[in-house]
Amino acid sequence: MSAARLSARGLACSRGLARLFRDVSFEVGAGEWLALRGANGSGKTTLLRCVAGLTRVDAGEVFWDGESTRADSGAFRANLLYAGHLPGIKDDLSAEENLQGSLALRGVAVSTKAIEGALAEVGLAKRRRLPARRLSAGQRRRIGLARLALDPAAFWALDEPLTALDDEGQRLFGRLLERHLAAGGLALMATHHDLAPAPARVMRIGE
Amino acid sequence: MNVAAAPMGASPHPGSFAAGFAWSFSRDLKLSVRHPGETMLVIAFFVLVASLFPLGVGAEPQLLQRIGPGVIWVCALLAAFLSLPGMFASDYADGSLEQMTLSPLPMPGWASGKIAAHWVATGLPLTVLSPLLGLQYGLTADTLLALACALAIGTPVLSLLGAACTALALGARGGGMLLALLALPLFVPVLVFGAGAAEAQASGLSAAPHLSILGAGLILAVMGLPPAVCAAVRIAMD
Amino acid sequence: MNWFFFASPSTFYRLAGRMAPWFFALAAVLGAAGLYVGLVVAPTDAQQGEVYRIIFIHVPASWMSMFIYFVMACYGAVSLTFNTRLAAMMARALAPTGAMFTFVALWTGSFWGRPTWGTYWVWDARITSELVLLFLYFGFIALANAFEDPRRGDRAAALLALIGLVNLPIIYFSVLWWNTLHQGSSVKLTGSTMHIAMLWGMLLMAFSFWMYSIGASLTRVRAIILDRERRTHWVRGLAT
Repeated sequence: MSAARLSARGLACSRGLARLFRDVSFEVGAGEWLALRGANGSGKTTLLRCVAGLTRVDAGEVFWDGESTRADSGAFRANLLYAGHLPGIKDDLSAEENLQGSLALRGVAVSTKAIEGALAEVGLAKRRRLPARRLSAGQRRRIGLARLALDPAAFWALDEPLTALDDEGQRLFGRLLERHLAAGGLALMATHHDLAPAPARVMRIGE
Repeated sequence: MNVAAAPMGASPHPGSFAAGFAWSFSRDLKLSVRHPGETMLVIAFFVLVASLFPLGVGAEPQLLQRIGPGVIWVCALLAAFLSLPGMFASDYADGSLEQMTLSPLPMPGWASGKIAAHWVATGLPLTVLSPLLGLQYGLTADTLLALACALAIGTPVLSLLGAACTALALGARGGGMLLALLALPLFVPVLVFGAGAAEAQASGLSAAPHLSILGAGLILAVMGLPPAVCAAVRIAMD
Repeated sequence: MNWFFFASPSTFYRLAGRMAPWFFALAAVLGAAGLYVGLVVAPTDAQQGEVYRIIFIHVPASWMSMFIYFVMACYGAVSLTFNTRLAAMMARALAPTGAMFTFVALWTGSFWGRPTWGTYWVWDARITSELVLLFLYFGFIALANAFEDPRRGDRAAALLALIGLVNLPIIYFSVLWWNTLHQGSSVKLTGSTMHIAMLWGMLLMAFSFWMYSIGASLTRVRAIILDRERRTHWVRGLAT
């Protein structure tokens, strides 16, 4: 069984008149994570979106296990968990329903028990039936953490995953990341925080 | 094999069209049941505007009978139009649309599911209510039936066309007015044949030819528009 | 021959600058000839008198209004399929000219309608679908300019143009049928066979409008290129 690997070669992207980055290449192997740093507006979010396949690149390509993700997005999609600035949480649905829905959307079948367990792990056991509009920003973020715990995707593309999380939430995220990497997962994250499992490499863009 | 190479056993879900359809259809219906205000507003608008016409043009029974089918169609069309932004805008604003775009489920599946759910929440109630409004205008039973049939076939076309337009206008400046400029001209054929069906019935002809053409239009729209909606969503995500 | 050489905006900017005056000159010559044929050579119409001469503007303008929409949608399709910047800019550059011809066709149509049919506006199939076409143009222009990122506007508007292109014949036939149901086909060109000079006049005018459209869109695409590429070296080089 070969280990999962993500690589990018010569990515370039411009927004309107501004060129955000060019010739960005990197590689992430199983069990490592790559930290993406750069000033505000330097294109970290855009790079993550380019890698995920939301934003078109002007040049370059992303490879999942050596195969171009543009040519064959199926295998990549099945292994990609992307979380951007927007949490993708519906106010009218409960934490439980939101979690269930986002996992079903990823084609992951999970038992109700597992969902309850994950919500308990992130500290939402008592609030899992409340509509999400009655949760605080940090609690909504924790629904996202429960999703990280349950989704078997091998590759995480996360944009500032620690936003709005308290100290305990940040430690919880660290534990989830550790577990993910130990199981052979990999991640690309834009973050300014120093995390407990240290990044394999730090990539700076926009310089 | 790529999927087998995944270390954590991500299931190799190829994701079928039906799975995507079922996912978004049930989710959007659940949301509109939780939040019935939008459907209620669409219905209230429909009834209110259709009731304004007699106040504007006078209450002569013959006149109302003559203009009834057309007025009810125009009101249904405007009501359906006003409900369009709800189809994608909130998912776009809260990030759900990103997640859907990146899902392994095929995009035409969940996009069609969303459109179908939108129709069930707006087009279907409008169709069911139309005979009641038709009674206000003194339409005969035959005409009421033709009107309801025409709306049943025509409103899904409006939902499909509207989905493409509202997806194109995601994140655009100008909001509602822009959407009107994009969608209303494209609604013209549906209005012509839809109102034509009821009017033909009212004037003693058969509504069947109009309904057949509307049906053909619906088939064309079902085949052709979901890919356009998908392309528009991809453009919006870029 | 490498066509992509011309697809580079900086090359095309210079090429368009050199070609546009020739198209304008051609448009002026053809237009002068067309007006001469139409206003002097062509005989007076037996039924309508002199007023029919407005067709030398009206008919070519309505031809161009549809033709330009078709070309615009083709450019849109090219820009979506091959992700070329220049094709999208050409589609954008054509839209105002197309909208102008649509407006001219409607306007001259109503001036023609007043003396011949006694009314400025008839809900005729052609007129109504021309009106819808005008709104399609407006929608295209509005959508293309509704986004912060011009590339986003390009692609959204290109897709809209394609949807409109498929819909246009459907709109035409729907209105045609609606019209025959409501009031019968009261509006038709004079049944008599057209005089050969009239045909020539219309053709000359149509070619003149065509050349004008090319010249105008080339001039407009130059402005769009300059705006889009204003941060590049070659545009800054132009200013010095």
